Amino acid sequence: MWDFPIWPESASTVAPSVEALYLFIVALNIGITALVFGLLVLFSVLYYRRADDQVPPQYHGSMLLEIGWTAIPTVICLIVFAWGVKVYAELVVPPADAMDVYIVGRQWMWKAQYPGGQREINALHAVVGKPVKLTITSEDVLHSFSIPAFRVKSDAVPGRYTTLWFQPTQVGVYHIFCTEYCGTEHSRMIGKITVMEEADYQKWLSEKAELGDAVQGRKLFAKLQCVTCHAGESQARAPSLEEIHMKRIPLSFDKGSPVAPGATVLADENYLRESIRYPSAKIAAGYQYPSIMPAYDESLVSEDEMFQLIAYIKSLKKGQTPARNEHTTTPTALGAPAGRP
Amino acid sequence: MSTIITSAPPASAGSKDPGHGGGVDYLNHETSIASWLLTLDHKRIGILYLVAMSAMFVLGGFYASLIRAELITPKGDLMSSDFYNKSFTAHGVIMVFFVLIPLVPASLGNFMLPLMIGAKDVAFPRLNLISWYVYMIGAGFTLVALIGGGVDSGWTFYTPLSTTYLNSNVLLTATGLFILGFSSILTGLNFIVTIHRMRCPGMDWFRMPLFVWALYATSVIQLLGTPVIAITLALVGVERLLGVGIFDPRLGGDPILYQHLFWFYSHPAVYIMILPPLGVTNELISTFSRKPIFGYSMMAGASLAIAIFSFIVWAHHMFTSGLSPYAAMFFSLLTFSVAIPSGIKVFTWLATLFRGSISFDSPMLYAYGFIGLFTIGGMTGLFLSTLGTDIHFHDTYFVVAHFHYVMVGGAIVGFMGGLHFIWPKMFGRMYPEFPARMSAILIFVGFNLTFFPQFLVGYLGMPRRYHEYPDEFQVLNVFSSAGATVLGVGYLLPLLYLPWSVFFGEKAGRNPWGATTLDWTHTESPPTPHNFEETPVVTGEPYKYDTLFNKESALAGH
Ligand code: HEM
Ligand SMILES: [Cu+2]
Repeated sequence: MWDFPIWPESASTVAPSVEALYLFIVALNIGITALVFGLLVLFSVLYYRRADDQVPPQYHGSMLLEIGWTAIPTVICLIVFAWGVKVYAELVVPPADAMDVYIVGRQWMWKAQYPGGQREINALHAVVGKPVKLTITSEDVLHSFSIPAFRVKSDAVPGRYTTLWFQPTQVGVYHIFCTEYCGTEHSRMIGKITVMEEADYQKWLSEKAELGDAVQGRKLFAKLQCVTCHAGESQARAPSLEEIHMKRIPLSFDKGSPVAPGATVLADENYLRESIRYPSAKIAAGYQYPSIMPAYDESLVSEDEMFQLIAYIKSLKKGQTPARNEHTTTPTALGAPAGRP
Repeated sequence: MSTIITSAPPASAGSKDPGHGGGVDYLNHETSIASWLLTLDHKRIGILYLVAMSAMFVLGGFYASLIRAELITPKGDLMSSDFYNKSFTAHGVIMVFFVLIPLVPASLGNFMLPLMIGAKDVAFPRLNLISWYVYMIGAGFTLVALIGGGVDSGWTFYTPLSTTYLNSNVLLTATGLFILGFSSILTGLNFIVTIHRMRCPGMDWFRMPLFVWALYATSVIQLLGTPVIAITLALVGVERLLGVGIFDPRLGGDPILYQHLFWFYSHPAVYIMILPPLGVTNELISTFSRKPIFGYSMMAGASLAIAIFSFIVWAHHMFTSGLSPYAAMFFSLLTFSVAIPSGIKVFTWLATLFRGSISFDSPMLYAYGFIGLFTIGGMTGLFLSTLGTDIHFHDTYFVVAHFHYVMVGGAIVGFMGGLHFIWPKMFGRMYPEFPARMSAILIFVGFNLTFFPQFLVGYLGMPRRYHEYPDEFQVLNVFSSAGATVLGVGYLLPLLYLPWSVFFGEKAGRNPWGATTLDWTHTESPPTPHNFEETPVVTGEPYKYDTLFNKESALAGH
């Protein structure tokens, strides 16, 4: 019964950084708590009341001491704060070559979609030494995606994307927990992430092979009639989406559009999603408000399909917008299929 | 127990000793039930609150015992998930809103504030009674909601779960809390006016006992913060009832907006809970070491600083919610600004004890427990205000342990200290000292046994609000449940010996502790209906022990 763990596994590149900071704060905690408890005991032993009418000397304060015990903790706090920011920066900024995996939370399961189109429920697979970036959302209430062994966590918020990244350092199987209370089966919204060697991972991928996300997205792009307007030509009724991902888009501010003059927006995943769900929220400069584009709500594009559309838009290179009434699609025609492992 | 000093006030508070006023006191001058339920006397209203909140505390504790029993095993074998969720919601709602927030101000504050500043009552005695009824009505709604099916939103009512997904009694509970909020606002208002307008001659701001400063700072938060939670709960009702999109993205709302609004109140609310016990602890440390509080004005200033800073740190509850990283850094930095005045307080107490004349009556044991547990609670706050570590700790048992250390280890233990301290004033009787010390020690030990393992299991990654958990967390959970039993015994003892002592305790003199504030030096135990026969006049600082004995032996002649 005594062989229970008190130390979580440490299996990602950021885990040791979090650990070092943690230990530093533990040391501060022990130091200051020991000081306080020590002085309490010492003073109790030295100064317990000897006689009922004993009156001790009456001090009222000391400027020097008071400044001291304000200034020293302030300096300590600033050090901890700065170190915390440094580790936080590691936690929130993913490396450029991280592989995208999309996560949708719903009561009470986690759905994962890989670029190659593979899907899993309450499970994730990753390769030792290869960074992975999760883009997370929820179909219903708040959830939170957490892998304690990697020291990472990010809430799944309906209506927007959040991200999280990690680079595993050890082969093994680790817990995935939902850490934001989400209703009846909150404590069953758990899963496992399996970290494998590259070769095993490739084998696993090929067993689960499907059409890649971007390929599926391309089909949706045609099926939902996006291509009718976003035809990729200058005289089309809607902006071209080629290479739009992570560009700064100038916005239109006249005719009642709800943005400030001169505003621009970064075309990240959140913006792409918003433009599909609520086309009038932000209008690109040169187009009219309200938008002529229909709003694609959940009945038309589910959160899973949304990820496929976005994967497609991210992969769309110059001159690759499909012809308006193209019916057959071959993955090779896509140039850069997003099925990269 | 220490000397029972029954007579003269110190020279500094130069008013005539009114003597033992013929046996009429606020408890025996009228005794009918109606005289209690319609009383305008702040002392009786304090006791009404004490009774109501003790009942709520027992109920909240009952739910806690259900939770701890379920968590002894990893499987959910004692109750259904829904029932478990309802239990922790009931526990949280009752303990936070009906016990911790009003606890010290409404009971000890109501009783002591006018006595401490030399006033006959609070500024608005009727409003004071109304506040109690509002509390009771709010409690009624919430209890109906809990008994009539329960509510499983957690005490935080996060949207859109609470607004569109749950079909339990969210609305009824929110209504109860909405009503309850007015009790808090009115009490805050009452205390602020009382402190501004009702101080006796000579009682300048810097001659007020530090407990009064703490009540003042708390009242400011109550007045400014509570309307925000009331509006937020009303918006939850509007979305739930009318489907107006405020927080649910499907309706065009924003769930993160809810969190901003909720924590804009609920972070300051944690300081509503802790500031008054911090104030109580000042009185205890000073009285039981016979020293003025070291750096009085720094201590008073720290209370106000905490009250102000507490309004600008709320987003530290949202570091993982997708907050912009820059906002997260900003709020992390600001959070450290509340930690510093909290630290100052602990150092100040230590400096007060230095070369004091320390006695270990049970209120002092509680004060020691308070300092110890508050220090651990506050220091572990560092892990949570630091961005790099909070991402891992957020929403795990580590946070549960942290806030229990400050809210139970701090606020409840501080309250217990204060309660034992003023008990002889309240009822004119001493409680039995031995069980009181036992209880202080049991609470300290049981508390640590219960909550320390939760730091460890939180660090391992165990999420909070989990009905079932992986096997490897079991041992720590068993420790925690075992500790909770000890803690429970510690709380049960006072529920037995305190009521007993009201009738059978040894008679207490007017100033059994040798305290120096007006409530002890100028009023009887128990006080007369109007507290002071003659308005006292204050000529010096609140904590002045050097004249206590020369004066006393001269006058009392023993
Ligand atoms: C003294 C310095 C303190 C610091 C630096 C501090 C810091 C924090 C932080 C950063 C969190 C958010 C953790 C998270 O959810 O990830 C937190 C949670 C909390 N703290 Fe503190 N805290 C302090 C004192 C207190 C005090 C005095 C109280 C109450 C009397 C308190 C009560 C709470 C509560 C109730 C929560 C969690 C609420 C919930 O999520 O249900 N804290 N604290
Ligand atoms: Cu807070």
